[in-house]
Amino acid sequence: MKVGVIRFPGSNCDRDVYHALELAGGEPEYVWWNQKDLSNLDAAVIPGGFSYGDYLRAGAIAAITPVIDGIKSLVAEEKPVLGICNGAQILAEVGLVPGVFTVNENPKFNCQWTQLKVKTTRTPFTSLYHKDQIIKMPVAHAEGRYVNEDLELLHDQDQIVLQFEGENPNGSMEAITGVCDETGLICAVMPHPERASDMILGSDDGLNFFKGIINF
Amino acid sequence: MALTDSEKEYINEKLGREPNSLELGMLDIMFSEHCSYKSSRPILGLFPTEGEKIILGPGDDAGLVDITDELALAVGIESHNHPSAIEPYGGAGTGIGGILRDIISMGAMPIALLDSLRFGHLEDQKSCYLFEHVVKGISDYGNRVGIPTVGGEVEFDDAFRTNPLVNVMCAGIVPKTDIVRGIAPNVGDVFLLMGGRTGRDGIHGVVFASEELTTASEIEDRPAVQVGDPFTKKKVLEASLEIMEKVDVSGVKDLGGGGLTCCISELADKCGNGALVELTKIPLREEGMTPYEIMLSESQERMVFVINPSQVSEVMEICEKYEIPAEVIGEVTDTDLMVVEEEGEVIAELPTNLLADPPVVHREAREPARDEEYVEVEHPSPQDALLKILSSTNMASKRWVYRQYDHEVQIRTMVKPGDDAAVLKVDDEKAVALTVDCNSIHTKLDPYDGGAGSVAEAIRNVVSMGAQPLCVVDCLNFGNPEKPEVFWQFSECVKGMARLAEKFNTPVISGNVSFYNETEGVTVNPSPVVGVIGVANLEDVRTMDFKEEGDKIIVIGRTYNELDGSEYQRAVHGLVQGSAPKIRMDEELASAHAVQKLVTSDKERNITAIHDCSAGGIGIALAEMAIKSGLGAEVDLSKVPREDADDFATLLSESHARYILTVKSSKADDLLAEIDAPSAIIGEVKGDALIISGMVDITVEELQDAYNGVIEKFMA
Repeated sequence: MKVGVIRFPGSNCDRDVYHALELAGGEPEYVWWNQKDLSNLDAAVIPGGFSYGDYLRAGAIAAITPVIDGIKSLVAEEKPVLGICNGAQILAEVGLVPGVFTVNENPKFNCQWTQLKVKTTRTPFTSLYHKDQIIKMPVAHAEGRYVNEDLELLHDQDQIVLQFEGENPNGSMEAITGVCDETGLICAVMPHPERASDMILGSDDGLNFFKGIINF
Repeated sequence: MALTDSEKEYINEKLGREPNSLELGMLDIMFSEHCSYKSSRPILGLFPTEGEKIILGPGDDAGLVDITDELALAVGIESHNHPSAIEPYGGAGTGIGGILRDIISMGAMPIALLDSLRFGHLEDQKSCYLFEHVVKGISDYGNRVGIPTVGGEVEFDDAFRTNPLVNVMCAGIVPKTDIVRGIAPNVGDVFLLMGGRTGRDGIHGVVFASEELTTASEIEDRPAVQVGDPFTKKKVLEASLEIMEKVDVSGVKDLGGGGLTCCISELADKCGNGALVELTKIPLREEGMTPYEIMLSESQERMVFVINPSQVSEVMEICEKYEIPAEVIGEVTDTDLMVVEEEGEVIAELPTNLLADPPVVHREAREPARDEEYVEVEHPSPQDALLKILSSTNMASKRWVYRQYDHEVQIRTMVKPGDDAAVLKVDDEKAVALTVDCNSIHTKLDPYDGGAGSVAEAIRNVVSMGAQPLCVVDCLNFGNPEKPEVFWQFSECVKGMARLAEKFNTPVISGNVSFYNETEGVTVNPSPVVGVIGVANLEDVRTMDFKEEGDKIIVIGRTYNELDGSEYQRAVHGLVQGSAPKIRMDEELASAHAVQKLVTSDKERNITAIHDCSAGGIGIALAEMAIKSGLGAEVDLSKVPREDADDFATLLSESHARYILTVKSSKADDLLAEIDAPSAIIGEVKGDALIISGMVDITVEELQDAYNGVIEKFMA
């Protein structure tokens, strides 16, 4: 299972995701932002960070780079794509997942551990959890508040992947912090599964996200 | 111009002529206190700097210590006090930028940032403004570059109202075989300048850092503050690491204080070589810059690589990949001169050692008269005192700060902010424990004990994580060294620190001195900020929170009647008076060794928690262990090994050399018997309240309410 780890200038969770994919038994491979042809890959992860410094708006510049064309081709071939944190913002910016991740209710950067509820297991990334399972993973972002004008549609189409359980640290609508497209193959999550991939870091609840890709 | 008359005479004599205006500007910054350490150097010589595990001591951009068979840790610490006083956001951010470059310059990947911050009280609007924006500056910069900020400390005291202290420590890992130095050993090698372009910011940054601030500084000195660009820094970091991985470079140095002048002259001088710089090759950000501005600019995000001419194209290619400007700007020569040319015409020509090695200044030191006034206080109820200390901004939770920092990126952070020290995994067997500490109150009262005590506290923090302390870095923040009383404080403080570092065999491998922290007569509390680096086996790592009801609580170390200079006196009575707690080197070492011995032989994990006793004493230490776990405890203070201390003093005295442990009940007596230091079982983890000797009976929830949300009230 060859999984591309997309790198933009300013990505900073690329090495962490690479490591988690290895732990999960996958074969990760770095992919630079100007690479258009991703046909050798079986899946892709867009890791977190501050692509292009987030200077304009989180994900805005990364969304118009050549590698996004490659991502769209992967999607067309029904290969799984996961965006984490800045990667989630990029997928929303491109329109591959519904809604937007915008400035937190308390507009400061916020790094903390959170309890999360897995709302659907139909995506490859959540296929190894059971529905409504509570898991522990950290968030770290200033622009993670999920906003979507048609939440009903999300419910109807089973597109809500993760919800904060208990505290909703960024003020997301219905505490939603992970969504997928209609097929479930493209998934955008604000919490960092790679940061919860080893008990020594406080939790390995996130590792199944990557094992799920490998099992796909 | 800050050069003194005697320095000008010295320069004229060495040169045999008067320097021209560009040369004078270059010498002015190199002779500044910030670049030359001319006042501090004779005293800093007291520090032990060598040891079995020390790969590189002070003198380069960062120190290096051996942490595993393969890896070294590069560690440095820097102050950015004056820039942060006048432009807190940019000043703090570029402080991070500067220390990151120092670590990258050793060939290392930065893995952790820690910051030590000092401000005025938060009731004061200006202090709130500085605090808010310094933290935001660190957050925006550190988070963007992808280096976790894993620890630190914050102090609030009126002494820092107009002159906040912003010290940043950074650690990075590098395979021992890939270490790079800031040297230019080979004649004919070229200097390749890469990263940010050179602009008009930061000119005279080091000179203004070497003078007192005034109320006009905020307006007059703003151009001396550099402009930070973390996105470019991230690209420079990645490109630099790739260059060092692929190309066998001769040397690397970052451009910090003193800009190109400092960087190039020090590179060449380290190897007794000369340097030629062609001014027109330097990529500029703006038009019409004078040679003076170009050579003195402290624009950020710039690095110089010293490489063989045959390697230039490979390095340029990597820089192009990351879209950062790079240019060969000169070469290493076999003269001992630093020559600057503009289109081939010599515009400055100075001996490199005149630039890089200015003469030291022997300052007068005079002990100030002791303040004889002493206010006798009436103690409130111990419970009220404990709650008041716990809810003071100095002691309360710093979550408002550290939640703004990404402390998880790079997935190494085993122990998160809020414990005694941060612990980061380095490989499958080892972790490093990192802390930064200072007790400015103790140091103000007694610089020797306060200096030594600051090192002792930092060491205790690392030992409490189950780690072996290896070495020390320090950032010494003082007032104007031209004042004999300030220089006495400085000398005494360094003596105390050096003695303690020697005692623990933890050499001082890198550091920074920041003088002139005064604004119109107000001098900061002398603040020797100490970073300590320790190494632990992964299975030896411990944390401070209580783990299980029934665990016995053991205290190690003797408590004396030392309430002067305590958080109790500051938080409850608003007093800083008397004598600081005494440093007792033998007891400090005995307690630390006892903890280290217990942990390293504790394969069954009978030791369940370790916490050091420092600010707030045993009372606050126990409260913190309860708050972090949600579990209570019952403790009898009469069991505590003590001398002249009644129960009240035993609760809040800040004597050094003490630790609190919790252990599995069934093994408590056996473990106690192994401790070769004053020690006793003083109680057990129990219930949901902290109950101490009939003096204190508070639920853990009440403790949590007092401790949490305090800073948030001021900061909205």
